This record gives sequence, C-alpha cells and structure tokens, in this order.
Amino acid sequence: MENTENQGPLWEVFIQSKAGQVFKHAGSVHAYDKEMAVENARDIYTRRNEGIALWVVPSSEIVAVSASESSSFFEPSDDKVYRHPTFYNLPEGVKQM
Amino acid sequence: MMKAKIAYYTEIADNAMILSHRLAENSSKGPFLEEDLACSNVALDLLGMAESVYDEAAKLKADGSKGDDLAYRKSEWEYKNVLLVEQPNGDFAHLMVRQFFMDVFNYYFLSELTKSNDKFLSAVGVKSLKEVTYHLKRSSEWMVRFGKGTVESAERAQRAIDDLWRFTDELFDASEEDKILRSEGISVNLDSVHHDWKLKVGEVFYIADLKKPENQFQLKGGKQGNHSEHFGLLLSEMQYLTNAYPDAKW
Repeated sequence: MENTENQGPLWEVFIQSKAGQVFKHAGSVHAYDKEMAVENARDIYTRRNEGIALWVVPSSEIVAVSASESSSFFEPSDDKVYRHPTFYNLPEGVKQM
Repeated sequence: MMKAKIAYYTEIADNAMILSHRLAENSSKGPFLEEDLACSNVALDLLGMAESVYDEAAKLKADGSKGDDLAYRKSEWEYKNVLLVEQPNGDFAHLMVRQFFMDVFNYYFLSELTKSNDKFLSAVGVKSLKEVTYHLKRSSEWMVRFGKGTVESAERAQRAIDDLWRFTDELFDASEEDKILRSEGISVNLDSVHHDWKLKVGEVFYIADLKKPENQFQLKGGKQGNHSEHFGLLLSEMQYLTNAYPDAKW
C-alpha cells in the first residue's frame, strides 16, 4: 500500500452538532468522489458523537479572501464599536447567541 | 442445548474477532490517512461485537471463564471462524474484497439474527446491523471504484476476487450446533442468507464490471477448527500479550 500521492481532491467538512445549530467547519479530507468524501468525513470527524449532520464541499469551490486583501476587507470595522450589540442585556434563558 | 448455544456464540464471535484483527493489522498501513482510519473504525465495530458475544458465551459457560479467555486463551482448533476472515492482507483491493464478501454476509446474517428467539442474539443483530449497513455501503462503493477506476485497479480487484472466492461457500455451511439450534428458531437460516448474498454480490459485480470466477473449487474447514497455515501466525501475534502477561489487566 504504497501510493501516497494520489489521494484524490480535498474536501472541506462542516458538522452540525445539534438540530438547529449552525454547521461548523471541522477540517478537511481527501476523497475521490462525493460518497467517499462524506464517509471519510464521518469516519474522521464524527466518531465520537460530534454531530448529527454533515456537509462536505470541494475545497476548490470555496472562494476565499486572499491575505493581501485582508486589510481592506476587515480592518475598516475595527473602530466601529457601535455596530456591536453590547449595549443590550441578553435576556436570561437565551442559551445560544 | 446449552452446549450448542455456546458453540454458536463462539462461531459468531470468532468470525468478528479474527476479521477485526486482520483489519487492525492494517492500521497505519492504509493507502492514506482517511482510509486507514475508516478501516480501523470497522475493526473496532467488529471487536465490540465480538466482545459482547464472548462475554455472553462466558456467562452461559458458567465455569468462571471470562470473555477474554474465549477470545485469547484458546488453541488453534478451538477457534471456529471461517477460513475467509483469516486470509492474510494483500494489497488494498484484496483487503477490501475480503471485507466486501464479509459485509454482505454479515448484513444478511444479522438481518436474520434480529428475528432469533434468543433475546441476546436478536439484540446483537439489531445493534450490529446498523454498523454493518455502513460497512457494506463503503465496501460496495469500493468495488465499483475499483472495477470502474483504472485498468490496474480493476485487475487488482479481479485478482483478489479470483483468489478469495474459494473461501466463500463455507460461510453458508451450517455446523452441527447451528443445525440443532435451527429447529429452536435460534440460529439463522444460512440457505436464505446464501440466496441473498449471491444476489447482492452479483448486483454489485454487475455495476462494477467485475466477474465471479469460473472455477467452482471451494475450501472449507474453519468452522470445524481446521484452519489454514496463516492462522498460527495470526494467533501468535494476537495472543502475544495474554501469553506474555497472563494476569495483565486493562
């Protein structure tokens, strides 16, 4: 079992831990096709009860902001505290925000 | 009757145990990380099943022996697993073909076992069927991936099928104990499992462009404790720890 180069394309894995919650990025897997991607994701990322639902997305389909652009994308929000909802009290009983 | 039951439990547990060990031998030797972990997961599912059945068999024996004794402290001829599960790992296609044959068998065997009059066995059937349904999905897809992949992958898969086919008939031979329990509605009707097994394997091979070998020659003996030459080597490794440290505890 020698082949280490041809592992198939990369897929990003997203897991939902409970019903109603957002899917969170968990990591990535190699796989040759969709079925294999979702099974590999299951075997690597949900073997300890981490999730109830799974998404896999081909990594090549993900559009990312490049590092050189990041300052123009993100830094303008640094000095705008008024956009944060910190001036409200969170009602008791709200567990997930 | 009780003796037959213990023997039948042992057959089921030995098959799961030895296949699990062969898969465990592959840990860290998989073609890549994802597949390595996937195989180890299957090995652990099977080990869990073996453990629960060994423990129950030990209880029925009621002579102070534990599940671990039945799993590790036995001579070669006392293991009643089929020859197929003890066949050594070859290339990845070989490992997966062996797994596919066993997954199809386990799937239909456990489906039938859920209807057993023996409450423990029917519970084992329900629990393990969920796991095996997944195993079967995975190995079936691998058959298609091999068969319709590259020329080399199809050749390797076909070579593995031609090599392992001769061990498949034994799966459906009922042992004496099995026959005794059949009349009580405890053991599984292997003829119907065989029927379903052939259909399913044929269907997957059809989709995968793989072929059943022409040669009908079959090898048997594991269920009677007559094992192939590979089995002694397997046991010497598998039993090493219990032999070296007989009183070791987890």
